[in-house]
Amino acid sequence: MTDQPISGVDLELVDVTKSYPGQERPAVDGLTLHVPAGEIVMFIGPSGCGKTTSLKMINRLIEPTSGTITIGGDDVRKQKVDELRRHIGYVIQGGSLFPHMTVAQNIALVPKLLKWDDKRVEARVDELLDLVNLDPGRYRDRYPRELSGGQQQRVGVARGLASDPPVVLMDEPFGAVDPITRSRLQDELMSIQSELRKTIVCVTHDIDEAVKLGDRICILQEGAQVAQYDTPEHVLAAPANRFVEDFVGAGSGLKQLTLTRVDDIELRSWPTASVGEPVAEVLARAGQAGESSVIVLDQRRRPRAWCWVRDLEGQDRVPPPAGDEVLGVDRRATLNDALDDMLSSSYGAAVVTGRRDEFLGVVDFASVTRHIQETAQQVEASAGSGPDGTERT
Amino acid sequence: MQERADIVYGGYQHVSLVVQCVALAAVIAFLLAVLVTRVPALEGLANAVSAIGLTLPSFALLGFLLPLLGIGPGPAVAAVTFYAVLPILRNAVVALQGVDRTLLESARGMGMGAVATLLRVQLPLAWPVILAGIRTSTQMSMGVAAIAAVVLGPGLGGYIFSGLEQIGNANALYSALVGTIGVVLLALVLDALLLLLGRLTTSKGIRA
Repeated sequence: MTDQPISGVDLELVDVTKSYPGQERPAVDGLTLHVPAGEIVMFIGPSGCGKTTSLKMINRLIEPTSGTITIGGDDVRKQKVDELRRHIGYVIQGGSLFPHMTVAQNIALVPKLLKWDDKRVEARVDELLDLVNLDPGRYRDRYPRELSGGQQQRVGVARGLASDPPVVLMDEPFGAVDPITRSRLQDELMSIQSELRKTIVCVTHDIDEAVKLGDRICILQEGAQVAQYDTPEHVLAAPANRFVEDFVGAGSGLKQLTLTRVDDIELRSWPTASVGEPVAEVLARAGQAGESSVIVLDQRRRPRAWCWVRDLEGQDRVPPPAGDEVLGVDRRATLNDALDDMLSSSYGAAVVTGRRDEFLGVVDFASVTRHIQETAQQVEASAGSGPDGTERT
Repeated sequence: MQERADIVYGGYQHVSLVVQCVALAAVIAFLLAVLVTRVPALEGLANAVSAIGLTLPSFALLGFLLPLLGIGPGPAVAAVTFYAVLPILRNAVVALQGVDRTLLESARGMGMGAVATLLRVQLPLAWPVILAGIRTSTQMSMGVAAIAAVVLGPGLGGYIFSGLEQIGNANALYSALVGTIGVVLLALVLDALLLLLGRLTTSKGIRA
């Protein structure tokens, strides 16, 4: 994936069972699963299949009836429960922020429970807000109700990461936001994950989300029976049984588009303009590149607006963009998202951003179609050989 | 002059009795509410007690307490506190139950202990509703405290009773009016103070 060091640890579930009194069949029946350090595993399955129960047994919000769960080799039941939970990130739908606490207080909760000194907590809060693309100066002292759904969810993720836990549990983290925001948040999570490389277990009911985020997908049937536990490529290309096939659903060819990331294909450069820069220089640059539009960047090099060259002519300096939207798709976004962005923009290309939303380059239709053709040729060439042995890149 | 000083002192005692009893009642009601929300079987009982309790005439209760606690501040404190608990208890139960379960689970999931979750998440979120109960309770207690004068409790109630006993006398009406108006004015002042307290102690994040 990346050469960043892995900060996650192995997570192991061995024959974990949860039965409730008065229920004939156990909610989770002998689940055995190994989650390698630094990977995202997506639990997915129909409602009532025991995926959330399985997740909550990892941080002992639900105590298993039998079986063993180890984190980095340590049995979770041998530790004090509160102490254990302070070292496992927990992110749930909508962020679940405490409404009476400010953003900073919410994020600082676990570090304070761990008795970090104030200076360190303060620095950590700002660092995390920066990580989830929220300006610390602007958002630190706001209350959750003053934030949009997407912003609340970002703070929720920041709070889950606050104590730098090796394992993070997420329960439908992006279920409560609109599709566009969800997609953006997913990209950001992948970007963050490529930096931190935690061990993440994430429950979802959305197969597209599972395919997009997961290093592995664990498809569960009733009683948390593992129907298939494999990389998204293999789940899509070779569903283990009818259940998985039905679950993955139609259009798995199109879903493959969501498997390719923007940074898997080559980015093109594009002339840029900084806010406040003399227009003459910008025009020269655009002329040199032979483009009739430029991308306006702010002080943090975040792309903020497309601008036609003809609209700049006659002006002295590049004007600041209206609004506070950041443009484009994350480099970890899928080709699907990039295509979507291109279709809705009249400039025929999608802006790509990297760490902390910094401008990286653009992708256009030509480069996407070229990539699709190449992939099709590769698949054809390797047809006949089994689905095994191919590692995900 | 002496008379004026007496009235002021009576007012002070009246307020002091009510404030202390309501504070005590708030603590008792909160603890009971926590118990009730943990043991669901108790909820019916708590509702029944707070409903029936309020129908008990305060005269009767005071009469009942008299042989147990004698006369003076003892039965007055007991009676005022008893009535003060009821509205706070009812509000506190509703308020504590009204806190979103997922927030509480999220607090536990982050490693907050049971007590920390109660005091740092559940109480602050339930606080505005509990405080509304405290305000109701305070208003009611001002009246109950006046009746406590019947067992020679402290406060302005004495003026009302002596006025009523001497009806026809020159100063009777005056005395009853002093007691009544004094209680009403002080109740308004206390309510304003509680409103202010609510503003100061409710997080900006949940203020309506």
